[in-house]
Amino acid sequence: MLTLAHFLTLGALLFCLSVTGIFLNRKNVIILLMCIELMLLAVNMNFVAFSRFLGNMDGQVFVFFILTVAAAEAAIGLAILVVLFRNRQTINVAELDDLKG
Amino acid sequence: MPIYEIVFYFFSLVMLGAALMVITVRNPVYAALSLVLAFFSASAIWLLLEVEFLAIILILVYVGAVMVLFLFVVMMLDINLEPLKEGFMRYLPAGVVVALLMATEFMLVLWTKGRFDTQAFPVPAPNPDGYSNTKAVGELLYTNYLLAFEVAGVVLLVAIIAAVALTLRQRSGSRRQNPAMQVRVRREERVRLVQMDSEPRQGS
Repeated sequence: MLTLAHFLTLGALLFCLSVTGIFLNRKNVIILLMCIELMLLAVNMNFVAFSRFLGNMDGQVFVFFILTVAAAEAAIGLAILVVLFRNRQTINVAELDDLKG
Repeated sequence: MPIYEIVFYFFSLVMLGAALMVITVRNPVYAALSLVLAFFSASAIWLLLEVEFLAIILILVYVGAVMVLFLFVVMMLDINLEPLKEGFMRYLPAGVVVALLMATEFMLVLWTKGRFDTQAFPVPAPNPDGYSNTKAVGELLYTNYLLAFEVAGVVLLVAIIAAVALTLRQRSGSRRQNPAMQVRVRREERVRLVQMDSEPRQGS
């Protein structure tokens, strides 16, 4: 019997994996963007599971909006990445230290 | 009905394996392709939850558009992969420790008796024949969430303009048309009337 806990566990494990990915690939902006997409997928998985098990459609509308915002974020993030590579010839986060923060 | 369990565990394992591939492979192209596999498996699990509209949207928008964008960018940039992987082994212990801690906390919350088990949230009955998930989402989207829907459209418009404005550039060697100059052209700049005598007939 598949209960709500099964789907929430799946989302939680996916979220943990993407957090680990951010730890491991902190030099590579492209993989960082992919890890953020994976995190959003984990959150969406929770929304969908709750929407199904509570019988409430609002969760699915939320997932729809999250998908919209994630698509916009990916487009702008990749555009920034392209400009960054054009100007600096690198996407290594360790070399992007002009602001001396 | 064990077929549900089999499908769920199969696609869950594929999805988690693909996510593991995304964060560990060296080549970003393989990472993007693994991410496609992860989204595809997630879409199958959403179909299992009878959330058909979002499952289709996930494949159309993510696999069809966003991941293709990722692949385009990854393949167009000539990235030197060697310095990007340094520190992978150094941060591996910290990452694994944090992930295990988070996973343990999640499991403690999720599998404590009485919170999310079958008594608290009974498994819903399958939707009846003729039920349309797309219609239900659409009715909600165009009534209660109409303003948010319009704002989402504006967000996408802003994203389009921002992406174009960021990446647009004037290369020095390229030839471009100037439509304003083309429209503003006058007859004197294009046609020259000359006064001359008629030529005698040739070959007579």
